[in-house]
Amino acid sequence: MAKNKKKKELDWFDHPQNIRRLRNGFYIVLVLLVLPDFFLHKHHLFSTVESWPGFYALFGFVACVAIIVVSKLLGNLLKREEDYYDRR
Amino acid sequence: MTAASLHPSVLFFIGAALVLVLPLWGRRATILLAPAAAFLIITQLPTGESWHYSMLGFDLNMLRVDKLSKAFGYVFTINAFGCFLFAQHLKDRYEHIAALCYIGASLGAVFAGDLISLYFFWEIMAITSTFLVLARRTAAAYGAAYRYVMMHIFGGLCLLAGILLQVEASGSVAFDGFSLQGLPTYLILIGFLINAAAYPFSTWLSDAYPEATVTGGVIMTAYTTKTAVYTLIRGFAGWEILIAVGCFMAIYGIIYAILENDMRRILAFSIMNQVGFMICGIGIGTSLAISGAVAHAFCHIIYKALLWMSAGSVLYMTGKSKCTELGGLYKTMPWTMIFGTVGALAISSFPLFSGYTSKPMIIEAGVHEGFFWVWLILEIASAGVFLHAGIKFPYFVFFAKDNGLRPGEPPKHMLAAMALFAFICIFLGVYPQPLYDILPYPVDFHAYTLEHTLNQFQLLAFSALAFFMLLPLLKRTNTISIRIDWVFRKGGKLFYRFCQWAFDGINERANRIFAQEFPGLLARFFEEPGGNLQKYGYRLWVETSGIDDQQEQVAGRIDSRSRSAAYPVGVGVLLAVVILALASWLLYLR
Repeated sequence: MAKNKKKKELDWFDHPQNIRRLRNGFYIVLVLLVLPDFFLHKHHLFSTVESWPGFYALFGFVACVAIIVVSKLLGNLLKREEDYYDRR
Repeated sequence: MTAASLHPSVLFFIGAALVLVLPLWGRRATILLAPAAAFLIITQLPTGESWHYSMLGFDLNMLRVDKLSKAFGYVFTINAFGCFLFAQHLKDRYEHIAALCYIGASLGAVFAGDLISLYFFWEIMAITSTFLVLARRTAAAYGAAYRYVMMHIFGGLCLLAGILLQVEASGSVAFDGFSLQGLPTYLILIGFLINAAAYPFSTWLSDAYPEATVTGGVIMTAYTTKTAVYTLIRGFAGWEILIAVGCFMAIYGIIYAILENDMRRILAFSIMNQVGFMICGIGIGTSLAISGAVAHAFCHIIYKALLWMSAGSVLYMTGKSKCTELGGLYKTMPWTMIFGTVGALAISSFPLFSGYTSKPMIIEAGVHEGFFWVWLILEIASAGVFLHAGIKFPYFVFFAKDNGLRPGEPPKHMLAAMALFAFICIFLGVYPQPLYDILPYPVDFHAYTLEHTLNQFQLLAFSALAFFMLLPLLKRTNTISIRIDWVFRKGGKLFYRFCQWAFDGINERANRIFAQEFPGLLARFFEEPGGNLQKYGYRLWVETSGIDDQQEQVAGRIDSRSRSAAYPVGVGVLLAVVILALASWLLYLR
C-alpha cells in the first residue's frame, strides 16, 4: 500500500465512468429504499399522511430543498466579503 | 487513599502543574495519564456528596455524584484522553496547561454540588478556554478571543447576579431543579444559555472555535456547551421555553452552516444545531427526553471531536481551512477521509452509527408528549444535519474540485486518536446498551425497528439526492455571513463614530467659543475700554431714543479722543467706577 501510494495516488473519483456507476448505484438504492413501503403496514404519529409509501423519502427531499432555497435567499441578505469587519 | 476522597478535577490541575516542569516525554505521558486516571476514579465514585467545605456561612460541597454527573464525567474524561492523544505532537506547555485546567474546571462544574462551587468552576472554564484561542497567535484569533471572553464575562455576571438573588430569595445555595420562575432563575438561565450558545448569545462559538489552534479547537468543542447542557438538565428540566430555544438553534445552525465556507466554522455551526436537539429534549423534560439529551450529549461529544480532528488534521497538513481552497484530499489523506466520514455519518444519525441510537430518543419523547411542531422541526433539522455536516463537510473537503493540494496523512498519533473515536461511534451505534446503562433514567428505547430504520434511511438518502441535485446552488463562495454579532461589531463601530462626532463636535465648538472667540472679544474691548464703553453706550442711546443724525461724527470723535488718550478721567479710574457700580448692584440692589 505504502509503495503504491508513491507510484500512483488514488484517483477513483476522477474517472467519469466511476461517477456514472456511483450515480446509477445511488438511484437503485433510492428505489430499493422506497419499494418496501408498498408492502409494509406503517404506523403514523400525527397524520395518516405519514403512512403513505415513501413519505419519509419525500419529507427528506422537500425539507432539504426548502432548507437550501431558504438558506440561499437568506444568503443574499447575510453574505459579505471576508474583510467586511476589518473595513472602516 | 480511597477513590471517594479523590476529586477527578484535581488530577487535571495536578497534571497542569506537572506539565509546567516536566520535559517533553513527561508532558506527553502526563496529558494521557491525567484523563485516564480521572476516568478510573469516576467509575469508582460512590453515589453521594463529599468534599464539603464552608464559606460565607453556607455548607458547600464540590463532589456530588449521581448518575447524571457520572455520565458527563465519563464522556468528559474519555474525550479528554482522545483529544490529548491527538495533541501529542504539541510542545507548547502553556496550551496544554490551559487545556488541562479547562477540562478540570468543566469536570468541577459537573460535579459541583451547589451554586457557588459551580460559579467558581464556571469562571475558570471561561478564562482558561480563552487561552486555547489566543494560542493560535493570529490577529483574527486575538479579535475572536477578545469577543469570546467578553461574552463569557457577561454570561458569568448574569449567572453570578442570578445566584446572589437566588440565595437571597431562597436562603439556600442548592443547585437542583428550579421551580420558581422569577428574576433570579431567569438570570441563571441566561447565564447557562450563553454557554450553551443559544440564540442570540450564540456568536461567540462560531466566532472563536474556528480561530482556535488545531488541537484547541478539538478540545473546546466538547466542554463549554456540554457543561451548559448538564447544568440546564440539572436546573431547568421541563422548562418549556427551552423547547422553542432548542428548535430555533437546530434550524439556525443548519442555515448558517450551509452558507459557510470555512470547514471548521461549518462544524461550529453544527454544534449549535446539535446542542439545539439536546436543549429541546431538556425542555420536553420527561425521563425519556432527559435520558435522550444525556445520551445525545455523550455521542455528540465523541463524533464532534472526531469531526474536528479530521478537520484539524487537514488544517495541520495543508494550513488551509476554506472549502474554496480545499478539495480532492481523499487522494492523499484517505484515512483522514474515512474517519471524518464516520464522524459525519454519526452526526447525521445514520443507522449503525452513534447518533442513530441517541437522537431519535429526543424526537420520540416529543412525539410521546404530542408535540407536533417539535417533531416536524426536529425531523427537518435531522435531514438538514445530513445536508450540512454529513455530506457538505466531507464532500467539499475531501472530494469536489481538486485544488492540487497533496498533503500526506497526519502524524500517527492523530490517526490513532481518530481511529479510537471512530471505533466508539460505530460501537455505540451497533451496541448502545453500555451507554443506556449509564443514563440518569432507565430507558426502554429500541432504535432498530424495521420501520424506524427504513424511515431514517429514506430520509437521509433523499436528503443526499436533494444535495446533489441542488449542488450548483451550494457552490462555495469566498464570503462570511453576518450574524447577530453584527449589532455589536458594526454597532460598536457606529457607536464609536457617533461618540466621535458628538463629543469631538462639542469639544471643537467649546474650543472655538471659549479658547478663541471669547478671549479675542475681551482683548478687543480692553484695547480701548473707555472708548468702547462710550461708543456702546452712545449706540444704545441712539437706538432707544431714535435720534441718529450725528452718529457717525460722534463715533469718530470718541475714537480720536480714545486714541489720543484725551479723556478727562483716566482709563483705570473709569474701570474702577464700572466695577464698583457692578459690585454695589450685585450686593445691595438685587
